[in-house]
Amino acid sequence: MTPLLSVEGVSKEFLVRGKRIVALDSITLALEQGEFVTVVGPSGCGKSTLLNLIVGLLSPSAGRILLRGRPINGINPEIGYVTQKDNLLPWRTLVQNVEIALEIRGVDPRERRRRAGVLIQQVGLGGFEGHYPHELSGGMRQRANIIRTLIYEPQLILMDEPFGPLDAQTRIVLQDQLLGLWNAARKTIIFITHDLVEAIALADRVVMMTSRPGKVKSVTGVPIPRPRDVYQIHESPAFRSTHETLWRELRPEVSLAESWRGGIRP
Amino acid sequence: MSPRGRLLVYRAAFGVLLLAMWELVSGRLIDPFWISSPSRVFAYLWQVVRDGSIFGHLAVTLYETTTGFLIGAVTGIGCGFLLGRRKILAQVLDPYIVAFNGIPRIALAPLFIIWFGIGPNSKVVLVVIVVFFLTFFSTYSGVKGVDLELKNVLRIMGATERQILVKVTIPATVPWIATGLKVSVPYALVGAIVGEFIAASKGLGYLINYQTSLFSTTGALGGILIVAAIVVISSEAINWAEAYLLRWRPREETRTDREVY
Ligand SMILES: Nc1ncnc2c1ncn2[C@@H]1O[C@H](COP(=O)(O)OP(=O)(O)OP(=O)(O)O)[C@@H](O)[C@H]1O
Ligand SMILES: [Mg+2]
Repeated sequence: MTPLLSVEGVSKEFLVRGKRIVALDSITLALEQGEFVTVVGPSGCGKSTLLNLIVGLLSPSAGRILLRGRPINGINPEIGYVTQKDNLLPWRTLVQNVEIALEIRGVDPRERRRRAGVLIQQVGLGGFEGHYPHELSGGMRQRANIIRTLIYEPQLILMDEPFGPLDAQTRIVLQDQLLGLWNAARKTIIFITHDLVEAIALADRVVMMTSRPGKVKSVTGVPIPRPRDVYQIHESPAFRSTHETLWRELRPEVSLAESWRGGIRP
Repeated sequence: MSPRGRLLVYRAAFGVLLLAMWELVSGRLIDPFWISSPSRVFAYLWQVVRDGSIFGHLAVTLYETTTGFLIGAVTGIGCGFLLGRRKILAQVLDPYIVAFNGIPRIALAPLFIIWFGIGPNSKVVLVVIVVFFLTFFSTYSGVKGVDLELKNVLRIMGATERQILVKVTIPATVPWIATGLKVSVPYALVGAIVGEFIAASKGLGYLINYQTSLFSTTGALGGILIVAAIVVISSEAINWAEAYLLRWRPREETRTDREVY
């Protein structure tokens, strides 16, 4: 069976004021339908670049990306993208932001209100439908950012550190809600995070990247049965051993990235 | 009393204070020949309202200002969107726009009178030019400054370029357009009045100019007072419309308004 997504030897170089920066170096990765894969790696290793390539905002310098065996060229509405910044439209209320993808597709207003309402309730935003983004907390905006992508049910959903700026408690609540939503819809998810605990708690497999130029360092399966209880997950022995393995691999990458900070590698 | 009510009271009090000072100074410290006085000015205004002679002038100036404002705003906003979205066109036209904008408007006024006559048309054209550039530049920078990430969000959802224009670019540009329009209101009126100063047979500018030539400071100040009142009223109307259209924007007050002590 062909995988839903396959990334085959993809590299990406940027030209910045005459200097070539290799952001990604021959990345190969395959995702099955319904899989939840998390990607961890040091800052600047090209995680966001990888998602921008998959969604079609950038095109690879080498290699190719296939969706169900067909090469991706340009933007594909089967792929949803939850960006690092929440990017809600500030002139739209919460519910108007959540339903915008359906509006674009010409779905009947009553139907889209209904579907938005269901998702808003599921992530505990009931009562805030009429609020503008600046009247919501960071965590609330991030929830809205996620459900406005889920609402049009793209087959593949890319998430770029969606819980990055949030405090630890809110993160766990949102992780739990995300797993609930994923369980119900069984879409395929690529989720970027810099938090190892989060990576393990959510994923079927954790992809570890090296510091720049980003390569795939390892892919580790997470042998924790589902459904998972993210509030208690750190107590499970399987979690602890996975965490130990991954941390041992991440450690040298993090210090490498640190020593390069601010400079461009020759 | 509500904060808004208190504000209005303070404003009115300040106005009364100014008028009182004017009235007191006039005839005691300075000859009313030079500065007239509020009582004389209001008597004059009351008289021209009663005999109806002011309305013709008022109507002409309002016609020139609003017609010019509407045409200038529509074309300015339209060109702002066009050039904001067509980079090549903007690059080609850039030096011409800069040059044309650099010409002082007042230098154009006599030329427009030669071309379009001493009637309202020449003043309408002058107002159009004034308002066009103000709204054009603010719209243009607004369109260029639209957050690319917001556009990409919709693009990824499968939106067409047209949908992106309607759902992102236009709403994101509204604050810029509003600023352009707000700044344009007084300048539009100035444009009409300056045009009337140079050559006209009707209008508030003509009236002020005429009264000044008779050395009637009362009449001139009366006309100026009417102009000032028009600017204040129309600015208030635009502020009100802006507040409604931009109710989604965070304001300093909104936080404190909602806070519960
Ligand atoms: N548009 C661009 N132009 C030039 N260089 C870029 C561009 N986008 C990314 N890069 C470079 O590519 C590298 C990878 O950037 P990317 O944003 O993908 O990192 P990241 O892994 O997402 O980092 P973080 O965890 O901090 O978000 C960086 O060194 C960056 O300088
Ligand atoms: Mg990133």
